[in-house]
Amino acid sequence: MKRRTLLASAAALSLAAGAGFAQDVPKIGFVYVGPVNDGGWSQHHHESAMKMKEHFGDAIELIEQESVPEGADAERVLTQMALSGADLIFTTSFGYMDPTINVAAKFPDVKFEHATGYKQAPNVSVYSARFYEGRAITGYLAGAMTKTNKIGYIASFPIPEVIRGINSSYIHAKKANPDVEIAVVWISTWFDPAKEADATQALLDQGADVVLAHTDSTAPLAVLEKAGAYGFGQAADMEEYKPEPRISSIIDDWAPYYIERVQAVIDGSWESVNTWDGIGAGMVGIGEFTGPIPDDVVATVTQMKEDIASGAYHPFTGPLNKQDGSAWLAEGEVADDGTLAGMSFYVEGVTGDIPN
Amino acid sequence: MIRLEKRPNPSRLWTALTPVLAVVLTMLVGGIMFALLGKPPLEAIRTIFWDPLFHPQFAGYSRPQLLVKAGPLILIAIGLSVGFRAGIWNIGAEGQYIMGAVCGAAVGLAFYPADTWLLFPLMAIAGALGGWAWAMIPAFLKTRFGTNEILVSLMLVYVAENILASASAGWLRNPEGMGFPGSRNFKQWASVYNDELVINTGMHWGVVAAFIAVIAAYVLMARHIQGFNIRLTGEAPRAARFSGVSPARIIFLCLGISGALAGMAGLFEVTGPAGQISIDFNSGYGFTAIIVAFLGRLNPFGILLAGLLMALTYIGGELAQLMLGLPGASIQLFQGMLLFFLLATDVFTNYRVRLTGREVA
Repeated sequence: MKRRTLLASAAALSLAAGAGFAQDVPKIGFVYVGPVNDGGWSQHHHESAMKMKEHFGDAIELIEQESVPEGADAERVLTQMALSGADLIFTTSFGYMDPTINVAAKFPDVKFEHATGYKQAPNVSVYSARFYEGRAITGYLAGAMTKTNKIGYIASFPIPEVIRGINSSYIHAKKANPDVEIAVVWISTWFDPAKEADATQALLDQGADVVLAHTDSTAPLAVLEKAGAYGFGQAADMEEYKPEPRISSIIDDWAPYYIERVQAVIDGSWESVNTWDGIGAGMVGIGEFTGPIPDDVVATVTQMKEDIASGAYHPFTGPLNKQDGSAWLAEGEVADDGTLAGMSFYVEGVTGDIPN
Repeated sequence: MIRLEKRPNPSRLWTALTPVLAVVLTMLVGGIMFALLGKPPLEAIRTIFWDPLFHPQFAGYSRPQLLVKAGPLILIAIGLSVGFRAGIWNIGAEGQYIMGAVCGAAVGLAFYPADTWLLFPLMAIAGALGGWAWAMIPAFLKTRFGTNEILVSLMLVYVAENILASASAGWLRNPEGMGFPGSRNFKQWASVYNDELVINTGMHWGVVAAFIAVIAAYVLMARHIQGFNIRLTGEAPRAARFSGVSPARIIFLCLGISGALAGMAGLFEVTGPAGQISIDFNSGYGFTAIIVAFLGRLNPFGILLAGLLMALTYIGGELAQLMLGLPGASIQLFQGMLLFFLLATDVFTNYRVRLTGREVA
């Protein structure tokens, strides 16, 4: 307790001191789990931060810290950022959740935004993207393009976000092709080109001819290119693999959100919110459709994208059963966000078990 | 002509001098690198080495953090140094650190939410045993089948990382965590939270254990017959064998000590600063400790200083990223230089530089 007050007063002191000489240009901090050129998750947050900086120019100061391990180091880095007078700090990885909450409690005047977590506080917002909306599009394309009726899926860790992606992909692949099967390989990493390539090859060997990935590198596309199979850009457009094997992509775009939140700090209207945006708000982008996709399929997915964006269609709409055959959503019923946020089951038709 | 001439005995002066020289050279070359990156070199060096200790805004917070960061480094490095003295190269402290954390946390979480002071010591023992057991694998394979402990212990790091991933996503996952990976947070469980013992000093049980380990290692190596046997095995293996020292016993002893200390470091970290088992819980302490052990000349008090210095470069490096926008990789490069220059200047410990005239054939 005592330590907490001491730190808080230190923060107040430093903020007061900071305001003295730098006439209050808001200081915006970003913490990344990987290097800013990792080609995937961290790079996208960094690029979005740069777009945000470009938008505001000298009206804000941007401070960044890359390759910060989750856990004790994150807590120290966040504390130092807060001590240095940051007004708003974006912590861009799930593992920063508890450190963010701990540091935020010590610095009630500093605002925090934590990506992909679920713990909120008066000065901590959480934000995430509805990637499953993008998965609906790529899943449908996968179902339409497979000739072997088998699609592959490279999964990282068995967390709700990944499971949502698998379910959404499968549901929509099946809409395009009722006979489709999905094979899932779990590789316990977000970024490991060698492992991703091996997993892709394993899926091809099992007979899959379209592979979706929930990992960050372009290694799967490189393998698919050699095999003449299809895949998708993940997190980035991965346009160097156009027109095939990459036939579309799911793109993370955090810039609109960052601009909006920084603007709120400038205006003094910042409040703790829980944001979960998708295609409609532009947080999830769909890359150009390329390669030999038939015109009617392009028309279908274009329509689907518009319907998801406008809210006319929800990717998890009943009738849907769980993997064990028990009823989940009735005809026309739409999944609620609570169930989606904690999703830990496959839908009916997906084979295999979620590892534990 | 410049000639290197082997000294009959390693120079004591140079042994003490090379770490200082290495630090100075690192500052110089690091400064040049920062200048090439377009950053003010003096300010960068000052931010790394001076600001964490004396900056009016940060020092109050970062000084205690030095101990938090140095604690596990010192604890692991002390264990490693015992083995290195005997020529037993345990490169897998990272794995033993993970296993200590996982075992200790598992024992604790099995009793959740018990409220007894007995639990924390029990977890510490479980952590030490976890690290010890993981180190026994290379020890057993080496004594039984003559395998190379460098390879085996290193490979076991990757096995341990997979066990860590399965623990945090599966059998140690927080049941109230909405399906996300990561165990319960020990910070919210007062009876086992390894908090600071004295407010705002950074002193938690792991730091205390590190200090005890420094003294114990000094006594062991300087005053105890086993310490003599360990050094003898490293410096003259044949002589050791003739004097009746069993190589197998030394291997088990050294790997056991380093494994147990690394395991304890992991447990103190997971119950304290880190707070929870998560997929990326290990952040390279086990590998960095190897640098610390050598930077400290495998001497317990040297390791104490080296651990603090290493922690300083970490925390100062973070400040430099924050204040000057230095890229993260340049800080890692800077730390790497430290070991590089240490090994390079080590030449002077074992060799003497002779300037000679042209020799007549």
